[in-house]
Amino acid sequence: MSLATLLVLADGRLPAGGHAHSGGLETAVSSGRVRDLAGLSGFLHGRLATSGRVAAAFAAAACARTAEWPVWDAGLDARTPSPALRRASRAQGRALLRAGRAMWPVAAVGREPHHPVALGAVAAAAGLDPAAAAVAAAHGTVTGPASAAVRLLGLDPYAVHALLARLAPECDRIAADAASRTAAPVDDLPAAGAPLLDIGAEQHATWEVRLFAS
Amino acid sequence: MHAEQPGHDHEHGPDEVPHTHPDPGVDPHAPLTTGPRALRIGIGGPVGSGKTALVAALCRTLGAELRLAVVTNDIYTTEDADFLLRNGVLPADRIRAVETGCCPHTAIRDDISANLDAVEDLEASLGPLDLVLVESGGDNLTATFSKGLIDRQIFVVDVAGGDKVPRKGGPGVTTADLLVINKTDLAPLVGADLTVMDRDATARRGALPTVFLSLVEDPAAAPVADWVRALVTARVAAAGASG
Repeated sequence: MSLATLLVLADGRLPAGGHAHSGGLETAVSSGRVRDLAGLSGFLHGRLATSGRVAAAFAAAACARTAEWPVWDAGLDARTPSPALRRASRAQGRALLRAGRAMWPVAAVGREPHHPVALGAVAAAAGLDPAAAAVAAAHGTVTGPASAAVRLLGLDPYAVHALLARLAPECDRIAADAASRTAAPVDDLPAAGAPLLDIGAEQHATWEVRLFAS
Repeated sequence: MHAEQPGHDHEHGPDEVPHTHPDPGVDPHAPLTTGPRALRIGIGGPVGSGKTALVAALCRTLGAELRLAVVTNDIYTTEDADFLLRNGVLPADRIRAVETGCCPHTAIRDDISANLDAVEDLEASLGPLDLVLVESGGDNLTATFSKGLIDRQIFVVDVAGGDKVPRKGGPGVTTADLLVINKTDLAPLVGADLTVMDRDATARRGALPTVFLSLVEDPAAAPVADWVRALVTARVAAAGASG
C-alpha cells in the first residue's frame, strides 16, 4: 500500500467540498458551547468518539466490500437521524466521488452516497486497505471542524494543530478497530450517536445567516 | 522595457508600477467548448462593486432570449440569491445558492465541487441551457475563477473603490476576460478620474476588453450583455460547424 497515496486522499486541500462544512462546530460556537481551545478539544474528542468511530467503521467496510455499498449506505442512514446531516454527508460524498474519479477508477456507488461510503470506494480504487480508509475517515472528522474553528473563533492555528496531533493516536486506534470489523454484518458496526450534533444540525439548517453549509 | 512590449502606445507616469501581466493582450484561454452543456461565465469582484446588480441586469436583458440560470456564492447563506428572487429577474428554480464556509475564493478556485454540483443540478432539472452565470462571493483583487468551473470570467470593480484599483492590478483585473468598471455615475462624487482608470486598465490588460458601466444610467447593462451575447452566439456557431 502506498502511504503517499493515502496522503493525497487525506490532504485537506483535496477539492472534495469539505471546506464549506464545519462538522457541527458553527452551531456549537453560536450557542456558546465552544468558545476557546478547551471547548474545541472537548468537541473534537466527542465527535471523534461518535461520528468519527461510525465513519471509520463504514469507510473500512465500504473499502473492503465496495460492491455491498447499498447496505453500508442504508446503515449510515439508520445511524444519521438528522435529515440535515444526511444531506451534508451525501453532498460531501458526491464531491469526494468527483475528486476521486479524476484520480482513480472508482467503482459505481450511486450518485450521492454517504461520505464514508464514497471514501471507502475511493480508497479501494486507490489501492488502499480498509485501515487506511478508516484512518482517513477518523482524521477527516476532526480536521474539518478544527479548520472551521480557526476561521470562526480566530483560534491560534498552532494550538489547534497541537490539539490535532494529540488526537492522532486515538484516530489510529479507532481506525484499527474499524479495520478489524470489515467481516461483520452491518448491524454489528458501531452506532455511536451524538444527539447534540443532530439537534444542532437541524437548528443550523433553519438559520437565515450562516457561514458553513453544515 | 515597456516600450518593447507590443501594443504599448501610451506613456507612463514616474509613479506607475511596471506591468504584471505576463503576456499583455494575449488570450490565455482555450477555445470555447462546444459540448452540450451551457456556456459558463463567472462574475467576480470586491464586495459592493455591483456583481449581484449586474447579474440581475443581465437576467432582465438576456432572460427572454437565452435559456439562463444563475449560481450565487454567498459568504453568508443566500443573501444574493434572495436579492435576485425579490427582484423577480428569474424564477426560483433557475437560481441556486452555494454556501462557502468563510472562503468565497476557495469555492470558485481551489475546491469548485459545490459550484459544479449546483451547475449540474440546474442543467439536470431545467434541461439544456445556453448560459449559466456563476457569481462569486465578494472577495478581493486576487480572486479568480478556476477554468474547471467557468469558460470566461468578468471582473467587476467600482469607481467608488478608488481610481487606483486598475493600477493595483491583481489576477482579477489583469486576467479577467472582461473588466467592468462600474458605478461611473459616482465618479464626480468621489473624485475618481475615469481616464486614469481607463489608461491603467489598458496598461494592465493589454488587448483584453474593459467597459465602463452605470446601472443607474443603463439598467440593461448593454455593453456587458452584448459581450455575453457574442460569446453565446460564437459558441452556438462553433457547435453547429463541428456537429
